[in-house]
Amino acid sequence: MKKLKSRHILGMAHLEPEEITFILDTAESLKEILQRPIKKVPPLRGRTIVHLFFEPSTRTKLSFELAAKRLSADTVSISKGTSSVVKGETLIDTAKNIEAMKPDIIVMRHSMTGAPHLLAKHIDSAVINAGDGINEHPSQALLDLFSVREHFGRIKGLNLTIVGDIAHSRVAHSDIMAFSKMGANVTVCGPATMMPPDIESLGCRTVFDLKEALKDADIVMALRIQKERQGMALFPSEREYAQVFGLNSSIFSLLKKDCVVMHPGPINRGVEMSPEVADSNRSIILDQVTNGVAVRMALFTLLLADSREE
Amino acid sequence: MKNRVMPPILLKGARIIDPANNKDQVGDLLIKDQKIDSIGADIQCEDAVETNLAGKWVVPGLIDMHVHLREPGFEYKETIETGTMAAAAGGFTKVACMPNTSPPNDNESITRFIIERAERAGYCKVLPVASITRGQQGRNLTEFFDLLQAGAVAFSDDGLPVTKASLMRLALEYSLNFDALIISHAEELELSVQGCMNEGKTSTKLGLKGIPNAAEDIAVFRDCCLAELTGARLHIAHVSTKGSVEIIRQAKARGVRVTAETAPHYFSLTEEAVNGYNTFAKMNPPLRTEEDRKAVIQGLRDGTLDAIATDHAPHDILSKECEFELAANGIIGLETSLPLALDVLVRQEGFSPLEVMKLMSFNPAKILNVDGGSLNPGHKADVTIIDPDFQFCYKREEIRSKAFNSPFLNKKFTGRAIATIMAGKVTFDLNGLLKAR
Ligand SMILES: [Zn+2]
Repeated sequence: MKKLKSRHILGMAHLEPEEITFILDTAESLKEILQRPIKKVPPLRGRTIVHLFFEPSTRTKLSFELAAKRLSADTVSISKGTSSVVKGETLIDTAKNIEAMKPDIIVMRHSMTGAPHLLAKHIDSAVINAGDGINEHPSQALLDLFSVREHFGRIKGLNLTIVGDIAHSRVAHSDIMAFSKMGANVTVCGPATMMPPDIESLGCRTVFDLKEALKDADIVMALRIQKERQGMALFPSEREYAQVFGLNSSIFSLLKKDCVVMHPGPINRGVEMSPEVADSNRSIILDQVTNGVAVRMALFTLLLADSREE
Repeated sequence: MKNRVMPPILLKGARIIDPANNKDQVGDLLIKDQKIDSIGADIQCEDAVETNLAGKWVVPGLIDMHVHLREPGFEYKETIETGTMAAAAGGFTKVACMPNTSPPNDNESITRFIIERAERAGYCKVLPVASITRGQQGRNLTEFFDLLQAGAVAFSDDGLPVTKASLMRLALEYSLNFDALIISHAEELELSVQGCMNEGKTSTKLGLKGIPNAAEDIAVFRDCCLAELTGARLHIAHVSTKGSVEIIRQAKARGVRVTAETAPHYFSLTEEAVNGYNTFAKMNPPLRTEEDRKAVIQGLRDGTLDAIATDHAPHDILSKECEFELAANGIIGLETSLPLALDVLVRQEGFSPLEVMKLMSFNPAKILNVDGGSLNPGHKADVTIIDPDFQFCYKREEIRSKAFNSPFLNKKFTGRAIATIMAGKVTFDLNGLLKAR
């Protein structure tokens, strides 16, 4: 594969396995740059990347910005407070205004599902979905794939178990699709009140018992409890959640010897994951963070590769 | 216009479909003095505008018992004039308009305003449905008697359900004094309010919150129970689920005075139409699954569902060209209702044209207790001419409605109304078929 088929990165739903492998391979070659003393290379000099964040974010935004800067692109950040969206401007108007300033890529996070898809329909720049509502967070899924591939040397045939609020987690949606597309076996586990209908249709099985779900796992991923996305409380208390679905030191005896633990962050320590687990030698959580920059560098590079060859 | 004497219209050699008399036969039909004068084998009339209609259908003017005309208040979406123009082009001679205007139709002056506006426009008779509660606030009943006097044909808080069961009971009870019809927008908001499409496989795939079938089923069941309790006349609007169809079927079997309608989109589309976050496929109730679609068709076939009504819901582009969750509910339907019925019900599902005309004219007239749905000589001449083989593409530029929020844009259809006559007056004539020569 020489270039991506997709013009935008809207979701794992739209990416084909070959494209995914291509992105991961590109990220692998770019990760080396991050190990250098001077972590900056020139390929995107003169390019402009706009980060349009309609929802608060620290680590994702930072990761995207760093990725852009490592490649020498100019970056502009607009977050909800400073943009004109609050003044009642429609998303399309905002986007067209930004488009008029000729950016090459718009990275957008939005609280509503499908907002980046709408944006992509109306503008010429490439769009990267940095999280839309409860729908998708493709760059997170790609960095998760990357981290797993880096650790195990493969993705195919591995057993991934995702524990937590599946219904309100865009990370879960993207990861289920991403890992199943790449040949892993995905299991989801969590309170039944947080399971969307027909989740199996995305490519996973549902197990309600945590022990059962952890038994054969090669990778266990805990999700952040998204209190802010739930209308009413979907479980009785954090205490009970931690008791039934929390990943604490008692799980170590259940896990396969080489099973690793992941979390998309930020962690509610003591709720979905205890410090003993998060900080254990099984954890590859901090690798995920480093790899996030490499994967996002790959996305920028590949989305702009087309015009660069001209 | 009013003083001009209309020449008689003689329709020759057409397939005359009359659901009131269960007749479907080839013949001539003469319209004279705004009335259906006669039907026969070889009618002659010297001064008539005569048209040969071999291969065409002549049917009673179609009646749509559920549309939103948006006036007063939302004239930027649709006006009574543009909405009725679309109605005439769709073959309709009567439409019943829902009260969720601004202000809502909760008093006789608005009811009269709507009727007068429609008469002035002259495209289609408009039958106002008044709100059940004042301001559609769900608290106090409107003045049923006064509204009926002014010309309201039924009561509904459509757009919103009557959330309080006690108030719905009260409305049904009070309707008994006038044998008035209560139309229920059946929705349990507690279960639906967060959702924006059908709950199921597609909502999970698209990452959108869903509305389960139960949100409709529960509300339909509640209102059927209340109709049974009170003995009043209930009509269920826009049935979309398999469960509702079954609940209504059982209520009818028990003798409950309930009737029901569904919309063309519920028998022609499924939730899949939402793919790509298509806001033109967003409506309430939402498009459901194939299983529901089939159940709705079965309901139409076995008489559980009495009528096809469009729920014509025009919107300006700003209300639709936005984030899916923010987009307004509803689609326009007046100009695609008959083509969809011909496509899906007649050609795919094997309904007879007579059955479809029952669903689109005779039954709605009966439910609303207005004249229509009949070609009996002496009846007011509300007549629609259909060319079942007419091929066309439903293009934005050709839509009469002010809005174009339809999931059927650019769809190719076979069959449509080619002329519409309301009370002897030609309100739509696609190709100049009825022009006096
Ligand atoms: Zn309604």
